[in-house]
Amino acid sequence: MKTFPIGGIHPSDNKQWSKGSAIEVMALPDVVTIPLGQHIGAPAVAKVAKGDKVLTGQLIGEAASFMSANIHSPISGTVTAVDMQPNGQGLRQMMITIKREGDEWMESIDRSEELVKECSLEPQEIIERIKAAGIVGMGGATFPTHVKLSVPPGKKAEVLIINGVECEPYLTSDYRTMLEYGERMVVGVKILKRALGVEKAYIGVENNKPDAIAHLKELVADEQGIEVVALKTQYPQGGEKQLIAAVTGREVPPPPGLPIDVGAVVCNASTTVAVYDAVQKNKPLIERVVTVTGKQVASPKNMLTRMGTPITALVEVAGGLPEGDVKVLNGGPMMGRAMVNLASPVTKGCSGITILSGAEASRSAASACIKCAKCVSVCPMALEPYYLSKLSRKGAWDVVEAHNITDCIECGSCQYTCPASLPLLDYIRLGKQTVMGRIRARAAAKK
Amino acid sequence: MNVLLFTVLTLCVLGVLAAVVLYFVAQKFKVEEDPRIDEVEKMLPCANCGGCGFAGCRSMAEALVKKDDISALYCPAAGAEVMKCIADFLGKAAPVKEARVATVRCGGTCEKRPRTNSFDGAKSCAVAASLYAGETGCSYGCLGYGDCVTACKFDAIHINPETGLAEVDAEKCTSCGACVTACPKGIIELRKKWPKQRAIFVSCVSKDKGAVVMKACKAGCIGCGKCAKVCEFGAITVENNVAYIDSDKCRLCRKCVNECPTGSITMIGLAPLPKEPKVAPAPKAEAPKVEVTPTAKAESVENEKK
Amino acid sequence: MANKFFVSPSPHIHGEQTTQKIMADVIIALLPALCVSIAVYGWGVALLTAIAVASCVLFEYLIQKFVIKGPLTVCNLSAALTGLLLAFNLPLGLPWWIVVIGSFVAIAVGKMTFGGLGKNPFNPALVGRVFLLIAYPAQMTSFPAPKFEGFVDSFSGATALSAAKGGMVDFGAIDMFGMFNGAMAGSVGEIATLALLLGFGYLLWRKVITWHIPVAVLGTMAVFAAIYGAFSFDTPHLVLNFSAFHLLAGGAVLGAVYMATDYATSPMTTRGMVIYGIGIGAITMCIRLWGSYPEGMSFAILIMNSVVPLINKYVKPKRFGVKK
Repeated sequence: MKTFPIGGIHPSDNKQWSKGSAIEVMALPDVVTIPLGQHIGAPAVAKVAKGDKVLTGQLIGEAASFMSANIHSPISGTVTAVDMQPNGQGLRQMMITIKREGDEWMESIDRSEELVKECSLEPQEIIERIKAAGIVGMGGATFPTHVKLSVPPGKKAEVLIINGVECEPYLTSDYRTMLEYGERMVVGVKILKRALGVEKAYIGVENNKPDAIAHLKELVADEQGIEVVALKTQYPQGGEKQLIAAVTGREVPPPPGLPIDVGAVVCNASTTVAVYDAVQKNKPLIERVVTVTGKQVASPKNMLTRMGTPITALVEVAGGLPEGDVKVLNGGPMMGRAMVNLASPVTKGCSGITILSGAEASRSAASACIKCAKCVSVCPMALEPYYLSKLSRKGAWDVVEAHNITDCIECGSCQYTCPASLPLLDYIRLGKQTVMGRIRARAAAKK
Repeated sequence: MNVLLFTVLTLCVLGVLAAVVLYFVAQKFKVEEDPRIDEVEKMLPCANCGGCGFAGCRSMAEALVKKDDISALYCPAAGAEVMKCIADFLGKAAPVKEARVATVRCGGTCEKRPRTNSFDGAKSCAVAASLYAGETGCSYGCLGYGDCVTACKFDAIHINPETGLAEVDAEKCTSCGACVTACPKGIIELRKKWPKQRAIFVSCVSKDKGAVVMKACKAGCIGCGKCAKVCEFGAITVENNVAYIDSDKCRLCRKCVNECPTGSITMIGLAPLPKEPKVAPAPKAEAPKVEVTPTAKAESVENEKK
Repeated sequence: MANKFFVSPSPHIHGEQTTQKIMADVIIALLPALCVSIAVYGWGVALLTAIAVASCVLFEYLIQKFVIKGPLTVCNLSAALTGLLLAFNLPLGLPWWIVVIGSFVAIAVGKMTFGGLGKNPFNPALVGRVFLLIAYPAQMTSFPAPKFEGFVDSFSGATALSAAKGGMVDFGAIDMFGMFNGAMAGSVGEIATLALLLGFGYLLWRKVITWHIPVAVLGTMAVFAAIYGAFSFDTPHLVLNFSAFHLLAGGAVLGAVYMATDYATSPMTTRGMVIYGIGIGAITMCIRLWGSYPEGMSFAILIMNSVVPLINKYVKPKRFGVKK
């Protein structure tokens, strides 16, 4: 069984609650709020103002630079505000608020169910369409897809890897997407292969989803150059660098090294479906599958949700918040972000809402480091988390930089495994952010 | 006997050899250094707080000795007197800087700013601030995990467990600015130090609109601008929905304090102005009787000086 | 809203392991050896162990409560484990007050002076043991004969190693099977090799330790002994026996599996662990073959403990994505 070379942990995947429920279409929200920054890079620039009428799929925010993404209206109605609204973390962000009036789509969008298999566009045209549709990585990293597909001069893409791993516990949105939208996904893979000009594509899936593996294998049986790869169930199998290493055996060089340096481009499974929609149906990224799950959730679900839908609405449909202590996460329990404001909207990177309650919600008290070296042995990037954490806490930025803190992928394996319950990653992340800031400042000073 | 003699001799020869080698090595690697650097370093507080902008007291001392013009060099921890001593010692003009004190500009106590969630991560303001808005509805206020306390080398700032806010001990504060850098919310400011720890400042930095502020905190500045209108010295400006009192322009007249509808202008070491200042001229003769409290007395002296 | 919202940075779930569970696992792993020892030596072993464990826990509690005035962490069982390991390294029949002194040195000097659990550079139980060995050499080296029917009498009153040192061992006629099962004189815990290996298996299964240190230590010792043996004996049979004898005698397994793998005093990286293990094996054999002490494990571990910070500084994991 293929897997990544170093470290890794085996948390219980807890996908049982929501994996059985088929994707439901979420009722259209009455009001949506659309953040202009839903992706890595510069936030989009608002193209509408208060009082404007918009149609479903209409461009309302335009990419501010190459490293940015377009934003489209997920519903039709009237723009009621373009202002600062609190996001899930309670921090204010520029958002467009739209009040829904019916659901009138842009005419250019093909809304038929029919599967369009053929694509004869030039690579550049495909990338243009993906860019126009505002597609970003939907696994959570929200890296603009058109940037990923635009291979820089001097580099060559050799292999495309579709990330259907979904190693994050609890979440099942990619799993349901692969099962139910598999046909669209396979066409998406072909489009991406064409855009990149690669011969070989792999679809990596963890072996805790045998039915998805079987289903995809059946679908790609007649396709040339697409292979489904079963991977060992091990976190963080879905980390970009880990996935590339597991599938191709190549290790992406340390930062600023990118996957393209080893000839690989990785694209999430849900993103691949969105690519199909954008290229074949001219449909921008305005909806996505969101898992709402948790041990105490009454009816865990996978829901096809329009962007901008308030998270409270999703939680209500799943049976509401359980009583008592809760921790509501945007994403899964390993890398998701805890939320304080549930009125905040679903965004492009929101693959699930995980609700932890009771004892799961709070962390246990930290005790002294016993130097057990478990953090070192589980780190998939071969770092020394105990050391980086301690020195980040002390503010020894030069030392942590010398110890490759920027290699950290923030997977949380170290903290998960720490018997002393130390907040290892909390401080490492702080150290990484600070060091990255210092590196940027140095680079700016050089110019 | 022979053994003993041999041992003693060997050791002696070895000792002499080592001394000779050491002498030449010491000559070869001798570092010529101005002895005054050591003297100056001794005069400095040796806390290595970085308040002067140098990495430590040693580098500050070097700079003080080497540079001819030391007007730009100032150790806030040592204060004016020590700087004058150093300047006299070196025979240079003493750098002058007004005394300052760190001020925590947040009045959102546990009472006035109710908690809406419970932060469970590493107890560090920097960690919490990079994650989310904070435990209360206000995303600008003091988080209370004490990054400033850790940064302070002089034990001058502490978190008050009752209010959940950082509090400065003005006696101990040397205005080195370590807490200012440490605070991820930019709440702490170095303000002009008045005698007797007196201060008037807006204890809020929230850029939120008035309605949002009021919902989150009962002590927040709503940016109404009443204080700015009443200020005779042009010390108050309102920008981004928050008032700011320039401590260099402020004369501690206290008029703004009465105007503030939310009580977010904090006054330390000063008695509040009577609510109706117009009746003030009448009891002139009785004035000395009123001045029983030491603060009031000091105030009048202060006023006379002006 | 009746809910209390918790917020923290990711990750939001935590694995099963805690410090207390790990310590409990090591204690469980040591129980079979303790049982064998009781069977061999009688109930005196249980009393000795109880004194050592109780005094270690007590000293840790008292120091934390009245000297450090910090949080009380005796519940994490680490002091109990130190006591147990110390008892395992003592001969039966040691006066109780010597045991208490050993416990005091182990906890107070070996552990708490450095800041407590995780900060001690030397294995506390070994600090206690070596202190006693130097302070009370007579008491520490007189071993009662086991109450064992078929006991090979040739070693009585001395350990197998000291017998070997005196040249009193016929390596051709050693009862390897008996040694493996505890039929030899020695410290309370070092005699039952089979039971100790059983515990090793348990620790591996529970992922408390990895195999690297024990295998490196024992492997080095075996190879070292075999090379030495090849120069001193004529037949391969004797060489093999000599090698096996050194693995079974003198608490080699106890030291390699339970003492050398002590978290705080062993390296953090796998490569470091191997280097550390080889060092222990080599130093142990040097002391055993050429030193004045018959047994070298304790000293070897303490010597290598002092090198651990250096190993941690220079032996780093191979960086991901860098070709060598």
